[in-house]
Amino acid sequence: MEPTPAKTAEQTTRRGVQLAAPTAQPTSEAPLAEHDVVFECRELGVRYGRNRALRDVNLEIREHGVTALIGPSGCGKSTFLRCLNRMNDLIPSAAVDGTCRYYGEDLYAPSVDAIEVRKRIGMVFQKPNPFPKSIFDNIAFGPRVLGMTSNLADRVEQALRRAALWDEVKDRLRDGALGLSGGQQQRLCIARALAVEPDVLLMDEPCSALDPISTAAIEDLMTTLKSDYTVVIVTHNMQQAARVADQTAFFSVDQGETGRRCGVLIEMSSTDRIFTNPDDPRTEAYVTGRFG
Amino acid sequence: MNAAARTASTAAGATVRSSLAGHGHSSVTAKLFLGYLLFSTVVGLAALVTLLVTILQDGLPYLDSVLLFNAPSANPERAGARPAIVASIMIAAVLMATALPVAIGTAVYLEEFAQRDRWWIRLVELNIQNLAAVPSIIFGILGLAFVVRGLNLGPVLLTGALILGLQMLPTIIIATREALRAVPDSVRQGGMALGATRWQVVWREVIPAAIPGVATGSILGLSRAIGETAPLLMVGAATFVSFNPGLLTQYTVLPILIYQWIKLPQEAFQGLAAAAIIVLLVILVSMNGFAIWLRNRYERRW
Repeated sequence: MEPTPAKTAEQTTRRGVQLAAPTAQPTSEAPLAEHDVVFECRELGVRYGRNRALRDVNLEIREHGVTALIGPSGCGKSTFLRCLNRMNDLIPSAAVDGTCRYYGEDLYAPSVDAIEVRKRIGMVFQKPNPFPKSIFDNIAFGPRVLGMTSNLADRVEQALRRAALWDEVKDRLRDGALGLSGGQQQRLCIARALAVEPDVLLMDEPCSALDPISTAAIEDLMTTLKSDYTVVIVTHNMQQAARVADQTAFFSVDQGETGRRCGVLIEMSSTDRIFTNPDDPRTEAYVTGRFG
Repeated sequence: MNAAARTASTAAGATVRSSLAGHGHSSVTAKLFLGYLLFSTVVGLAALVTLLVTILQDGLPYLDSVLLFNAPSANPERAGARPAIVASIMIAAVLMATALPVAIGTAVYLEEFAQRDRWWIRLVELNIQNLAAVPSIIFGILGLAFVVRGLNLGPVLLTGALILGLQMLPTIIIATREALRAVPDSVRQGGMALGATRWQVVWREVIPAAIPGVATGSILGLSRAIGETAPLLMVGAATFVSFNPGLLTQYTVLPILIYQWIKLPQEAFQGLAAAAIIVLLVILVSMNGFAIWLRNRYERRW
């Protein structure tokens, strides 16, 4: 099921087209970079009602890597993350402008089904949010609603193994998930997302509610997962970004002429470069701890 | 903490207290207020105990199989409440089959699917809040006009049950919405992020998580309906029914039978009324007790 790193243009287009209703026409071929570009955002912005939360984001996220989004509170990094799998649709007042392409296809085109998008692009939240039922049923929820019910037990085991949780829970799959520790719950949520075989895993500050040992376990997991998945992570913790991310994007708050606070992307580059030799002085101020 | 330290800290506490002394009047106010609170509690308790003791004294001698299994009669020796008990149980069953699904459906729609910013949704919500505060006799008048006469069903058990159902709709809708709202949004988000539709998330996760709260609210609503008298008087519940009622026959319920017996001149009927009150109380208290047990047993802390 893993996509191979070297992918042909046809494959990419086919994958993109599956997002849309079956009758949709293929969109124009996306230009391919050296590594495949998973997300390509142009002038992306988000408004909540009349308040603009994010504007003018231009960036590309590459396949099979970990991309970290860092920046001070209120800089729109979580808002941006939620654009990538259309979770912002669930907030009635939110409106997205600009374009966001996923393997070349516009995620916000009218023919695209948000449900279909979320099947491909999984998400793990800041606070572990297992369902109030057994460990097994938590993992099986996704496959069940998507009709992937053949070999359900195998599927559950595989997802738990990938999330490095199998050995800890294999003898109590029927126990309630709310009885697990915080770190185990978060890995359960990762396993739950992996069980529907997504291409991308979005993580919104996945370790902010966890102790250092659980955090280390999740970070190890991210490094293993990136060989099969594209991982995008929002984090407040710069050391974490430096440890796990290949690419890092720095967001900040812009207080424009109107005085309204709005999130903007300052720069995006390889993690090394962001932390050692960033282009923008604001990035340098942030990563060296002088601001934010 | 060892003994010495405890003594030291107590001493320190005493010093602080003495240095802050001189607010005698506030402690008098506090005592008066406490006394008032205690008095209020005693008034309520005393009234309840008096009622219970009187009822038990009057009713217990009459609480026997004759009361439970005989039909009403002019002869107090042979008079029982069976048709009324059966009717109360049947009404509860009809309520569960009609009002409950409608109320739960309404609550799920309003809480999970409706777009709150639409004016007509807000109108519906406002109406439900107001309906919960409408006096029950008004529901009786409504039933008389639209169900008994409008639908031409006549003064039968089904009519009474429909009216009681209408009356308990807002109560159950509000309780169900509370229970749905108690399910954290993170559960919905988690489900949606897996590519489930809103319907799948609501059906498989949110409703099951809310069931204990829904059940509790529904049972409390039902028990209120069982104890209700006024709207049934309005839609023509009979007072003397000597046969087991059917859905489309005349009927009487326990509260109305009690009301009827108390009006009769013979001493024995007063005792029978008290005994019927005990039966009604036992039914209501066990329903409420079951609701409380459900809540404590399955209540989930998120």
